[in-house]
Amino acid sequence: MIVICLTQLTTSALVASITVLVLAIFLGFELISKVPPTLHTPLMSGANAISGITIVAALMASNTQLSGGNKTLAGILACVALALATINCVGGFMVTGRMLEMFKRKEG
Amino acid sequence: MEWFQALGYLLSAVLFIVGLKYLGSPRTAVRGNQLGALGMLIAVVVTVAAEWGGEGIIGWSLIGIGLGSGALIGFVMAKKVEMTGMPEMVALFNGFGGAASALVALSELLGSTPDSLGDRGALGATVFLGAIGASSLIGWVTLTGSVGAMLKLNGTLRGTFSFPGVNLVKGALLAAGLYLSYSLICDPTNMTMTYGLVGASCLLGVLFVLPIGGADMPVVISFLNSLSGLAAAAAGFVVGNDALIISGALVGAAGLILTGIMCKAMNRPFVDVMFKTYGVAAGGDTGEKRTVRGYEAEEAALTFDGVRSVIVIPGYGMAVSQAQHVVRELGEELESRGVDVKYAIHPVAGRMPGHMNVLLAEANVPYDQLYELDAINSQFSDCDVCLVVGANDTVNPAAHTDPTGPLGGMPVLDAEKARTVIIVKRSLSPGYAGVDNDLFYRQSTMMLFGDGKAKLAELLAEVKAL
Repeated sequence: MIVICLTQLTTSALVASITVLVLAIFLGFELISKVPPTLHTPLMSGANAISGITIVAALMASNTQLSGGNKTLAGILACVALALATINCVGGFMVTGRMLEMFKRKEG
Repeated sequence: MEWFQALGYLLSAVLFIVGLKYLGSPRTAVRGNQLGALGMLIAVVVTVAAEWGGEGIIGWSLIGIGLGSGALIGFVMAKKVEMTGMPEMVALFNGFGGAASALVALSELLGSTPDSLGDRGALGATVFLGAIGASSLIGWVTLTGSVGAMLKLNGTLRGTFSFPGVNLVKGALLAAGLYLSYSLICDPTNMTMTYGLVGASCLLGVLFVLPIGGADMPVVISFLNSLSGLAAAAAGFVVGNDALIISGALVGAAGLILTGIMCKAMNRPFVDVMFKTYGVAAGGDTGEKRTVRGYEAEEAALTFDGVRSVIVIPGYGMAVSQAQHVVRELGEELESRGVDVKYAIHPVAGRMPGHMNVLLAEANVPYDQLYELDAINSQFSDCDVCLVVGANDTVNPAAHTDPTGPLGGMPVLDAEKARTVIIVKRSLSPGYAGVDNDLFYRQSTMMLFGDGKAKLAELLAEVKAL
């Protein structure tokens, strides 16, 4: 059974996505304009972990149903992407947590 | 998209936004990180739930293996890394994120057929292919750039590598990358073009990082962080997922802000950092040979006798020799004698934004003893002893005395105003900017040559014996 349900991208859907992109960029600028230097490293490492959101894209790519194309290679690449993105997420959040624990220890 | 999936992504986007916000303040940072991780978990669970039922190209068992092995590797790496190795680790994770986005793009392209592209409609296919091009270009640059940065940070690659016309080559590679991305839209079946794009992007990443010197690494890492976010946003357009677009854009913007902060701290425009190679040829400036006398720890320890205030300036050398613990011990010893001890942190000290703060926190130096440049600079004139551990350019008075030099105008810590300056350093070699440091030759300066940790341990023993 091959089910391919690609909905065609409409102009309005594309514009909506671009709107989201632009607004999110501005939001990102606003969010961290004032951060004490102490937190630069954890902030960067935390943001880095969030960029591991590509794990969602890797999941979707790993689970597409293909009608043709180079299925084997596409599958291998998707699986590697999934592993790398997971390393980025798990490692990133954990390392950030470890750093922040050290800061916290002295305040309490 | 299922309704619960869309709502789940919205929830995780909100958690990322609040998480990033919380990461910006010391009180809430731990919670911020947890919220971010929770957002990620929700995004993954929701995606799996929506995809569940259909068996795709690699099947759920392989997906499980991919997730499991990634989580295990990430867990072990994060547990094992030393705090001094943090810049390398962050750089490497960055590269993995970028590579994942690029691989997703390539995988989606490989799985496409003229039919499936036709199903997307003209606009859909163009956006899909354009996003694949962008995701590949940015993603591969992020990967090779990050790996290059990591090798530089851990000392595998030393010095700066550059050649005449390197900027032209970089420009040509970027142009080639853009052209190949464009040709991908026109002819998606031509895989030679696609692999050319991968090659050009990888090479561009390497050439982008190699000519940049170690002291500029905080800028580079922040910028690569930004790029990994943008790659994720591009991947969001590939798979048609707003969660990626939002999160990627947030990280992209956040990384750019940090990049700007780092550039400002060095008083160098971003373009200079990216395209000018510093400190390779410079060095012997006046030709005048000056000699400097090295002191013994014993002599240096005597200057601590009866002092009231001490300011410690850590630099990258402290990280290299892992001297942060012995620095803290010395600080505590002095405090127990009633000395007021402060730490002056230059914004670009080390190889990563906030590098010194992390190391000193690891060594348990109280947070309230760390002072930023603006807060501490007026206090050096009242300071009895300034102890410089492995810092150079960040305390170089040439920033004031030679406004046209490479360091001219860079905000520096005014260590020279202290009554006595003790500098622990391996050698007299100029810092990254290639400018001789006048501070080393001053009458009020005592140079302690040697490994930071060893010298400070000697100094500590002598101070204890006072």
